[in-house]
Amino acid sequence: MPSLVPIMLLSVLPLARGIYLGFTDYTLGAEGPHFNFMGNHLYMLSDYQFWESFRIGAAWTLAVTTGEIVLGLGLALLLNAGLPLQGLARVLILVPWAMPPVIKGLVWRLVYHPDAGLLNRALTSLGLTRQPINWLSDFAWALPAVIIVGIWTGLPLTTVVLLGGLQTIPVELKEAAALDGASLWQQFRYVTLPLLIPVLVAISSLQFMWNFNSFGLVYVLTEGGPAGRTRLPMLFAYEEAFRYGNFGYAAALGNVMVMVVGIALLYYVRSQYLSTKG
Amino acid sequence: MKRNKTTARAVMFAILVVYIVFLAFPLVWLVSTSFKPAVEIFTRQATIFPRRLTLENYRDALGEEQILRSVGNSFKVSTLSALATLGIAMPGAYVLARRQTSVNKLVAGWILTSQIFPTILIIVPLFLLLGRASLVNTHLGLIGVYVVWSLPFVLWMLQGYVRGVPVELEEAAAVDGANNLQIVSHIVAPLVLPGLVATGLYAFINAWNEFFFGLVLLKDPDLMTIQVHLARFRGIEGLARWGPLAAGSIIATIPSLIVFAFLQRGLVSGLLSGSVKQ
Repeated sequence: MPSLVPIMLLSVLPLARGIYLGFTDYTLGAEGPHFNFMGNHLYMLSDYQFWESFRIGAAWTLAVTTGEIVLGLGLALLLNAGLPLQGLARVLILVPWAMPPVIKGLVWRLVYHPDAGLLNRALTSLGLTRQPINWLSDFAWALPAVIIVGIWTGLPLTTVVLLGGLQTIPVELKEAAALDGASLWQQFRYVTLPLLIPVLVAISSLQFMWNFNSFGLVYVLTEGGPAGRTRLPMLFAYEEAFRYGNFGYAAALGNVMVMVVGIALLYYVRSQYLSTKG
Repeated sequence: MKRNKTTARAVMFAILVVYIVFLAFPLVWLVSTSFKPAVEIFTRQATIFPRRLTLENYRDALGEEQILRSVGNSFKVSTLSALATLGIAMPGAYVLARRQTSVNKLVAGWILTSQIFPTILIIVPLFLLLGRASLVNTHLGLIGVYVVWSLPFVLWMLQGYVRGVPVELEEAAAVDGANNLQIVSHIVAPLVLPGLVATGLYAFINAWNEFFFGLVLLKDPDLMTIQVHLARFRGIEGLARWGPLAAGSIIATIPSLIVFAFLQRGLVSGLLSGSVKQ
């Protein structure tokens, strides 16, 4: 047992301390944290930036996670269909997964660049736009643009996990359904999908947590701009702590993030569990 | 009927190609940019293959003291933090794998739930602690943070590998009079060596790709890791120097690509065994 002590010290204590700081008024330069109970949380209720960043965080998380699951399921089915060059395709789709988040951000800045970017060049040469669009600085386009990059980032892992799930489903089951006259869609809907539910729930829950807590990618792409349009909760908490020195408030934001994700996941897992039971 | 099937497969293959282009093209574009002379990067008629291949971007990137130094910093911090994490996790992993107690379930539950906590809750207390110990803006401080951060997953992966070593081997050694320390160092460690290497590589690349903690803790440009350094190339300066930046990005991605190619299967199965255990 003593060999577990350093692990407890290193991984549980800092977190416990962080959660506690969320209930204090600690700022940079203060002598020490003073317990102020729900003070930070009361302040949050009237903080426009808090509501705005959590609203953006919710939109980003739902859009990215849904995109990853829907596109990932499609891709996993294609990779499991015995098409030509399947082995090569299974390797190529992993590319974004292996790239560091900062580099992902830089590459997409190149793609989205107003003058030199690939996207604008492609759109103008197709005659779809006349004026180049500054995707990452445009009030309407910035959030959709970073969401696309978010989906691109998480797609490989989601696909690989779902492919793993598909491969555990015995072929005989689908053959039996086909013999009974089930169409391809019916085979998918009534044989494959129900058996895939546990894996789907697991990977979507993980992606949901990771996406809500994501930082590096969007920081490199937009730094939260323009005017806070892509300021996810983590970017907001980072600014509060390390730009303004409001450590207590930043930790309180962290606590609320845990609660939001926790409640959402609890609800989601419970509803999935109930629907498979019933 | 037969023809229908061929058309369907052709359509499926076409969709698969679209997926692959979406996922892999940004990296291809980055590689291509890194080999293009400056004039070619900003021409209207961009080509995938550079019309004139050049290594000048790589020469510029490697000739720059800052980039070379930041690669060295990343290498140092990642290697030391990976070794320290393994050293701390190994005894704990052994205990976890060999004793079927309630502690085991507790730790497994902890590792999964720890995914829900945003990094702001870990970095605020650690930042304050490191500040008191004058370890902010030092590599030692960053290494400490990486150990804390990688520990849960490393512990989880390692205990899986220890489980694979037959307990009979240890019992035989104990009968021959070996003490616990000898058993771990002479019997278990050599057998889990492949697992140690895989886990160590995971911890290494976790630190190599990491951005947020480096951004928060390192202020001195001479200490910065490659990710923090590359993220600072933005705006007008960054665009004017896209060639060297692309070359630097490729250099920063190569270790990650190699490790992911090597670990891909293990990472997915590790994740699955952790998340969808029935």
